[in-house]
Amino acid sequence: MWNYNEKVMDHFLNPRNVGEMADADAVAEVGNMSCGDALKLYLKLDEAGKISDVKFQTFGCASAIASSSALTELVKGMTLEEASKVTNRDIVAILGDLPEEKMHCSVMGMEALQAAIADYRKKKGLPGGEELKNEDHEGRIVCKCFGVTDVQIRNVARINHLKTAAQITEYTKAGGACGHCLDKIQEILDDLNRETAGEGDRPKDEFSALTPVRKILRIQDVIDKEIRPRLEHDGGSIELIDLDGSTVKVRLKGVCATCPNATLTLRKLVQAKLNEYLSPDLTVEEA
Amino acid sequence: MIRKAVYFDNNATTRVAPEVRDAMLPFLDEFYANPSSIHRFGGQLAACVEEARAKMAALLGAEQPSEILFTSCGTESDSSALLSAASTCPKRRKIVTTTVEHPAILNRVRDLARHGYRVTEIPVDGKGRLDMDFVRTAIDDDTLIVSIMWANNETGNVYPVEELSEMAHSVGALFHTDAVQAVGKVPFRLSSMPGIDMLSLSGHKVHAPKGVGALYIRRGVRFHPFVLGGHQESGRRAGTENVASIVGMGKAAELALAGIEEENTRVRALRDKLEKAVLETIPCVRVNGDPEHRLPNTTNISFEYIEGESILMLLDLDNICASSGSACTTGSLEPSHVLRAMGVPYTAAHGAIRFSFSRYNTEEEVDFTLSKLPGIMEKLRAISPYWSRRNK
Repeated sequence: MWNYNEKVMDHFLNPRNVGEMADADAVAEVGNMSCGDALKLYLKLDEAGKISDVKFQTFGCASAIASSSALTELVKGMTLEEASKVTNRDIVAILGDLPEEKMHCSVMGMEALQAAIADYRKKKGLPGGEELKNEDHEGRIVCKCFGVTDVQIRNVARINHLKTAAQITEYTKAGGACGHCLDKIQEILDDLNRETAGEGDRPKDEFSALTPVRKILRIQDVIDKEIRPRLEHDGGSIELIDLDGSTVKVRLKGVCATCPNATLTLRKLVQAKLNEYLSPDLTVEEA
Repeated sequence: MIRKAVYFDNNATTRVAPEVRDAMLPFLDEFYANPSSIHRFGGQLAACVEEARAKMAALLGAEQPSEILFTSCGTESDSSALLSAASTCPKRRKIVTTTVEHPAILNRVRDLARHGYRVTEIPVDGKGRLDMDFVRTAIDDDTLIVSIMWANNETGNVYPVEELSEMAHSVGALFHTDAVQAVGKVPFRLSSMPGIDMLSLSGHKVHAPKGVGALYIRRGVRFHPFVLGGHQESGRRAGTENVASIVGMGKAAELALAGIEEENTRVRALRDKLEKAVLETIPCVRVNGDPEHRLPNTTNISFEYIEGESILMLLDLDNICASSGSACTTGSLEPSHVLRAMGVPYTAAHGAIRFSFSRYNTEEEVDFTLSKLPGIMEKLRAISPYWSRRNK
C-alpha cells in the first residue's frame, strides 16, 4: 500500500484540467503503454505568450495522474520561458511529497512539459525549441528496457541531487527491469559527481596541510559521495570512526559487515577512493 | 482502526477461521510446554502436534501422517524440497520448472543456477497453459527434480501435476509441486498419485495463521533437512514446534476438507457471477488464464487502457480489496512475470486485477463490487489517452 498524502489523493480523485484540446498550440506525449505510464499534454497560448489553457490525459497509477494534474495547475498563466524552467521538484512541491519509488511520475510531467514547449517552438520555427528537442534525442540510450538516455539521467540527477543508480531507477525507471544498465548508470553518476564536486582536479598534496578536523570532514565527504552509495547499492554501508595519523578507521555495516570480501572492499574501494581524491598516503583499517 | 473490508484478496492471505482461532487459544495460554520435554505436560502437546499432522495428512489424502513435515511457511517448504533434492541426488545437475512459478521457487532455482545447476523454465501459452511437448524434451536423465506448481496464484490456472509427475518419474527425476494455492480448493488423493514426491503448502492461505506451513514428503523419498539443529520433526526440521499455529493449521485442514464441496459450488458461483457480470457490463475487458482448468476461487481480469494501481486505489476507497498484476502496485517497474510469460499485451497486463474468493465472501459483496466497478472504469478511462484514441 502506498501512503499517498491528502494532496496527492485530491489530485488523483479530482484531477484538474483533464481532457483533449482540439485547437492546442502545442501537444506532446511522453511515456508509452509498455512502460506502464504515459502523459499527453496540450497547451494553449494567449497573445501575450502566456499559457492560457492546458489539458492532460494520463495512463498510469495514482501518482502519475496526480503529478499530471499538479503540473497543469502549476503552468497555467506562465510564459513559455517560465514554464521551461519548471522541474519535477516543482511538481513534487505542489503535491507535498511523493514516495521515492514514484518520483518518476513527477519526472514524466517535467518531460511532457519540455516536449510540449519544444513542439510549440518547432511549430513556430523558433530557436530554443530545437535545442530542447535535440537535447533529449542526442543522448545515448542507456536503459534499453525503458528507453532512457544518458542526457535524461544527467538532467534528473542534477535537478534532484541524485547519487545512486537505485535513485535514478526511482526517478526515471532506468535500470528497473532487467537491471543490466545499473553499473553504467552508476558510472554516469560518478562522472557527474566528480564534475560538480570538482574534486578530481584538486591537488592531492594539499590534504596533508589540513588540520585533523578538516581532514576528517574531507574524508567524510568522500565517503558520503563516492563510497557509501556504492556499498548501499549492494545492501551495505560504511561509517567513519576515526583518523589516526594517516590511518582511516571505518566500520562496515549491513551486508558488508559479514561479507567475506570485506578486506578487499576496504582496500580496492575505500582506500582506493581516499587515495584518489585526498592523498596517496592514507591507509584504511576496520575499527 | 482497521476498517472492515470486502475482501477479494484470498490468494494473498485469508482470514483466520474463528474455529481455528478457538483451537489455538489454549496453546497461547495454559498449554505452553515444549512438546519435546520428557514430562507429561510436554507429552500432551506433542500429542496435539501429532493430531494436527494426522488432520493435514487426511486433507492431502496422504498414506500416513509421518509424510507431513511442519515448516514456517510455504516458501520454506519450497526451499527445503529443492535443496534436499540437490543434496540427496548430487549427480544430477538439471532442474525443470516453469516461467509462471511463485518467486519462492523461481528465486531458489535461479540461485541454484548460480551454483552450477542447469535450469529450464517451461514456457506457457496465451492462456497460461504449459507447452507439454517442451516439457517432454526438457525432462532428461540428468534432471534432478521437476518442480511445477499445482495452481497458479495469479491466474488460478491448475496444472496437470499427475501427468507431469509421471513424466519426471519415467527418467528417475523427483517431482515437487507448490500446492500453496490449490490446498482447500481442489481434492487431494496423494496416496493414489505416486509420482508426487514432495508438495508444499502454507497455513495462511487456508484460514490458518501466517507463519506456519508444511511439506509433504512421500514415504521412501530421501530427505536432507534445510533447517539444522535439534531433533524435532524426526530430525527433518529443527526448531521448537510452533505448537499453536500447527494446531491451528490442523483445525484449518479439517475445515478445508469439509469445505471443498462449498469451494467448488457456492464460492465458484460467486466468482463466476462477478466474472460474467464484468464481461457483460464493462467494455474492453478480458479474462487472463485458462477457464477450463482453473481454481474455483480466482479470476484475473484485465481492464484495458487503464492501469491497475489506479483501479485498486479507487476500489480501496469503497473498502474493496483486490490485487493487481500491475507494475506500480509493488514498486517494481515491470508488470507481473506471470502475465508477461503468457504474452498478455501491455494494453491489458497493466490493468489486470485479481479477485480471489473464500468461503467468507457473500453474494452481497459481489453485488456491491459490481455496483462500483463500471463507475471506476469510466472515471479512469476518461483520463486515459489510449481510451480516447481507441474511440476515434
